[in-house]
Amino acid sequence: MVSTIEETRASPVPIGARDFASVPRRWTSLARQLPILPLAILVPFILLALFANWIAPYDPTEPIPGAKIFEPPFWMQGGSSRALLGTDFQARDLFSRLLFGARVSLIVGVMGTIVAGSIGTALGILSGYLGGWVDQVIMRVTDAWLALPALVFAIFLATMIGPSMWNIVVILGLVYWTRYARVIRGEVLSLREREFVKLAEIAGGSRARVIFRHILPNVLNSTMVLASLTIGVVIIAEASLSFLGVGVPPPEPAWGSMLADGRSMLMVGDWWLTVFPGLGILLVVLATQLLGDWLRVRLDPQLRNM
Amino acid sequence: MARFMMRRTLYAIVTLFILSLTIFAVVRLTGDPVTLLAEPGARAEDLDRVRAEWGLDRPWPVQYVAFARNILTGQLGKSFNYEMPVSTLYFQRLPNSLELALAATLISFFIGIPAGIISAVRVNSAWDNFGKTVALLGLSVPGFWLGLVMILIFSVWLHWLPTSGQGGWQHLIMPSLALGWYFAASLLRLTRSSMLEVLRSEYVKLARLKGLPGYVVLAVHAFKNAMIPVLTLAGVNLVVMINAAVIIEVIFAWPGIGRLLYEGIFQRDFPLVQGVVMEAGIMIVMINLIIDLLYAYIDPRIRLTK
Repeated sequence: MVSTIEETRASPVPIGARDFASVPRRWTSLARQLPILPLAILVPFILLALFANWIAPYDPTEPIPGAKIFEPPFWMQGGSSRALLGTDFQARDLFSRLLFGARVSLIVGVMGTIVAGSIGTALGILSGYLGGWVDQVIMRVTDAWLALPALVFAIFLATMIGPSMWNIVVILGLVYWTRYARVIRGEVLSLREREFVKLAEIAGGSRARVIFRHILPNVLNSTMVLASLTIGVVIIAEASLSFLGVGVPPPEPAWGSMLADGRSMLMVGDWWLTVFPGLGILLVVLATQLLGDWLRVRLDPQLRNM
Repeated sequence: MARFMMRRTLYAIVTLFILSLTIFAVVRLTGDPVTLLAEPGARAEDLDRVRAEWGLDRPWPVQYVAFARNILTGQLGKSFNYEMPVSTLYFQRLPNSLELALAATLISFFIGIPAGIISAVRVNSAWDNFGKTVALLGLSVPGFWLGLVMILIFSVWLHWLPTSGQGGWQHLIMPSLALGWYFAASLLRLTRSSMLEVLRSEYVKLARLKGLPGYVVLAVHAFKNAMIPVLTLAGVNLVVMINAAVIIEVIFAWPGIGRLLYEGIFQRDFPLVQGVVMEAGIMIVMINLIIDLLYAYIDPRIRLTK
């Protein structure tokens, strides 16, 4: 009897934390549990993006001195080791541009997800815990903003706010927070009725204390799971905006705008301008999806089939 | 039933009101829309003239009333560039977008539903893994990049299909594949989980116990019920595809609604952008309302519990 009271009084330990705690502290078993494939893709990309300044052989925004435009990759006829993956329409080095483009994609993907997740989780908790008119207002706005297709909404905001990388982060945050708010609110509605929250309230805990000590830690798992689903979507959304010319403005290299630049040369068969940036997007998004699957199994077995 | 319908309709109206307010606010809060309309470096008196012509010199509430009246009369404002009501332009393009979206829906059915069913029937088999891989790729490969790569392979290298434009069925293959790709993955996932749920239900077990052959249980008993959420999603997807196929329509020079939006961005035609976004929102709120009402009509549990 005593133990049940103990259990209901404390916030339950998040499922994921318990999982990690039960893992024997041996490196071999830990290594076996790590998601090898996604990490093998993501870690190199992150390192390349971080150290792009040192790794990139050329300035991504300036032509290579003496190089021709549309040079093919080095293994093709007409290519040279000067520009490993060829040059674009301004004789800029495609390889260097890809490295800096990776930086843009990863920054926007991670920061956009963080912005969306923070707004959505905060409003979801407020909506679910406070209820009443606060709930009504937040949920009606959520409904309305969810009604617009994400890309159309993002294009609209980007057209009006103007292009820059940090604007895109804010815009994608504004577009994607609604998904978090819905899910988190639902969770809070059931958490609110749980014993440990009731007891915390009876014990005289302030609203802020209940929210930060008892509600927030218990919805963070869902936030993480949603974040793992969002990050790839955000990266593709950024590429789409940049492709349409309302994303990261030139001459800053972004994979989406590189695809748009390469489009005109696609018709004469200059495939490298289109294939490489797309492969970059594909690999990074694939890796985040796989990492998300792994995280989902760890953090919330119920969401495995989502 | 009547009360349920009333409440749902009221929610839809509130949603549209908030949507219109959002769009109105974004256009005016993010800077002077006249600077978007006018050529860069236009004279101040020209800007004032444009401002007066568009009523942008009036107080905000007056402007909003005019904006709302425009929506309610079905005009959605006048395009700056075409000098026509946005709704006229929108409905001119609608058949083209509908054609593309229907073809893409068919493709997503052909890929997503059979693969989802096989995955569910043979859980954790090679088929299931294949289905999971397709779903993963559907979410990771950006549709517009797939479109570009298809143009490269089938138009530029093999000369099998036309690169762009509207015409016979050959023109429809690549854009609808590129557009339907992502939605095929989402249908696959939903079909699989929906089918798994139905196969676990009591009435399917009973059908098996009665000694019905496996294919009858699958095709007659399980399939029908499992398709309800799938068809709902397909309905929503269709409307999203009509309105959000921006990049695919740009790549394949398809004269649809997405391309209209793109033209609006490039011609700095903010009334057009604003109108198309609003119209997309209206369409989606309407389809959601219709689906809700149909569900309530079919399934009394919904209208009684909510």
